[in-house]
Amino acid sequence: MSDVNPVPGAASDDEVLLRVENLVKYFPVRSAGLLGKREYVHAVDEVSMTVRRGQTFGIVGETGCGKSTLGRTIARLYDVTSGKITFDGKDITRLSQRRMRPLRREIQMIFQDPMGSLNPRRRVGSIIGDPFAIHGLASGAERRRRVQELMERVGLNPEHYNRFPAEFSGGQRQRIGVARAIAFRPKLIICDEPVSALDVSIQAQVINLLADLQAEFGLTYLFIAHDLSVVRHVSNTVAVMYLGKLTEIAPADDLFTTPRHPYTGALLSAVPVPDPDLSDQREQIILVGDVPSPIMPPSGCRFHPRCPKAAPVCVSEVPQLEPRLGDGPDHVAACHLPMAAGENLINFRPTIDELDRVVEADGSVLPGGAVSEGSKS
Amino acid sequence: MSLFPGTAAEIAIEGGEPLPPGRKIEGRSPWQLAYERLRKDRTAKIAFATIVVIVLLALLAPIIAALVGHGPNQQFINTGESASGGPIGPNSTFWFGTDENGRDLFIRTLYGARVSLVVGVLATMISMALGVVFGLTAGYLGGAVDTLIARMIDVMLSIPFLVLAISAAYIWHPSFWLVIFIVGVLSFTYPARIVRGQVISIKEKEFIESARALGAGPLRIMFIDLLPNVMAQVIVYGTLLIPAAIVAEASLSFLGVGIPPPTADWGQMISDASGYYQYGSWWYLFFPSVALLITTLAFNILGDSVRDAFDPRGGGLYV
Repeated sequence: MSDVNPVPGAASDDEVLLRVENLVKYFPVRSAGLLGKREYVHAVDEVSMTVRRGQTFGIVGETGCGKSTLGRTIARLYDVTSGKITFDGKDITRLSQRRMRPLRREIQMIFQDPMGSLNPRRRVGSIIGDPFAIHGLASGAERRRRVQELMERVGLNPEHYNRFPAEFSGGQRQRIGVARAIAFRPKLIICDEPVSALDVSIQAQVINLLADLQAEFGLTYLFIAHDLSVVRHVSNTVAVMYLGKLTEIAPADDLFTTPRHPYTGALLSAVPVPDPDLSDQREQIILVGDVPSPIMPPSGCRFHPRCPKAAPVCVSEVPQLEPRLGDGPDHVAACHLPMAAGENLINFRPTIDELDRVVEADGSVLPGGAVSEGSKS
Repeated sequence: MSLFPGTAAEIAIEGGEPLPPGRKIEGRSPWQLAYERLRKDRTAKIAFATIVVIVLLALLAPIIAALVGHGPNQQFINTGESASGGPIGPNSTFWFGTDENGRDLFIRTLYGARVSLVVGVLATMISMALGVVFGLTAGYLGGAVDTLIARMIDVMLSIPFLVLAISAAYIWHPSFWLVIFIVGVLSFTYPARIVRGQVISIKEKEFIESARALGAGPLRIMFIDLLPNVMAQVIVYGTLLIPAAIVAEASLSFLGVGIPPPTADWGQMISDASGYYQYGSWWYLFFPSVALLITTLAFNILGDSVRDAFDPRGGGLYV
């Protein structure tokens, strides 16, 4: 890549466990017709970030924004289109699957669907024993003993060693996934929406388990989720992703108190508030239109067709991730017109030609900007 | 010190239909469910019992032959042939009559079951093994490997089975093992396609991705993670392939390129009988044909029941 984005939060090398620079992942899609042009889904586009040891780096974004693809590309389940991934000082961007294998002990994943990520036709003991079998580290009685230790550590009954995944509840299944992931005390665990398929009460148990394990083994988490309150609760640093790009990275509390990117602002206004009186007073920002197609993402800032603050510069120029409005180096936002503290997006109307914006299939042009949906009782 | 002492089943009973008293909810694997359904299927039980009887008769054939006192290839020139040297009909000595060589058709029909069953089972095992290996490889690796295997299967499917089988029998001499090999190898295409299709749908599941994230290689993923998930379909198809293999073997023997004489074989017997049927020797054609029919029918019915038992839409979850 010619122009290198500044890697946010410049930290010394020992502190950094994972450094991602200008990571790009495109998926080819066949367009209509035999001679149709080869098109690409821009799933992850020029993403740069730094994850420090022992911390939790949260990634939030809507469904389909590319956050899971980002996690899986970092885990090298997908090949990298371009960019660079440095893990623990080693460049793992182009390692072959064979060369990657020893590193798999150090990078583990926990998946969203606790049913889908466990083989339904294999017994739990054998599933949790997989890491030992694959890397040839323990077998027979020794493997069984270590698997049962792991089961006990994550709060499962070791006597359930011979059961099938279907015989467990959702939370227990996720514990199975956690047990398998911590088998080798990995350095990095990529949690891909680890609790979004669970009941709220179970979510808390699994999150507490993850927090306990982090404290005990000094784990680093890359925590991908769409639930802002969960991410805020667990993360030290939070990155917001929209249509394949990171729009804002900040320490968790900063992001939630002073969001700079209007997209972050819109997301935060959608978080439900438990107090109904407070909820009624709040102005909720409803974004207009759908997320544009990742095959032909909008020019400039990808959020501009839906942004209430959109200006001509947002269409013509790609904003870089950098500190805005006097923020420290830890808080970066990719926005030409960042939000000031206390600013309300409802008061803004885009200043760009509406024809540049969302055009519906029937040719009608949607009125851009945000509509207020506050004071509804 | 489990935080969740209860099993999933104990927790997840709300909302379901009330259970009959004394019935405990328990997790059961698809295999157990299929077995329970199969056990309740009367047609399947009859078919299975028929197969057990046929297998027993085949196993006990030498003992029965010793008791009767007639060997399978023993010629009874004086008692077993008509004055003109033709076959004679059923009587108290020869229950199914004799053939043109004065051999006891009852004993030969029993011995024919041995050939049919062994060829049917072994050929099916060859075809399933090849089908699993090719199907897993093509489905999991995809790309050029998949294209190569798929084209190879297309080519094999476009050549008529008998043409290929007869050519093979002319190149190498017909023998028992050649028949097994030909029938097995030429029928692997369908199981391969079934396995490939299943694998393509399963390999996108998260548990395959999680296996890759753990560092599992392609062989381990194919045989440890994918194979158990396609095994049900393989078993179902296998039970239906056994009768097909028995028929294929009988066809080859009928055409004279199967099991070489004098081994007793149903296809061979039916072929030989056709020359005597017009002279009234109905028994010569009738008994081997009925034996072949009952055997293949029993296997086909059992195969259908096994398929129904593995069908998740089937009822009868509560036994």
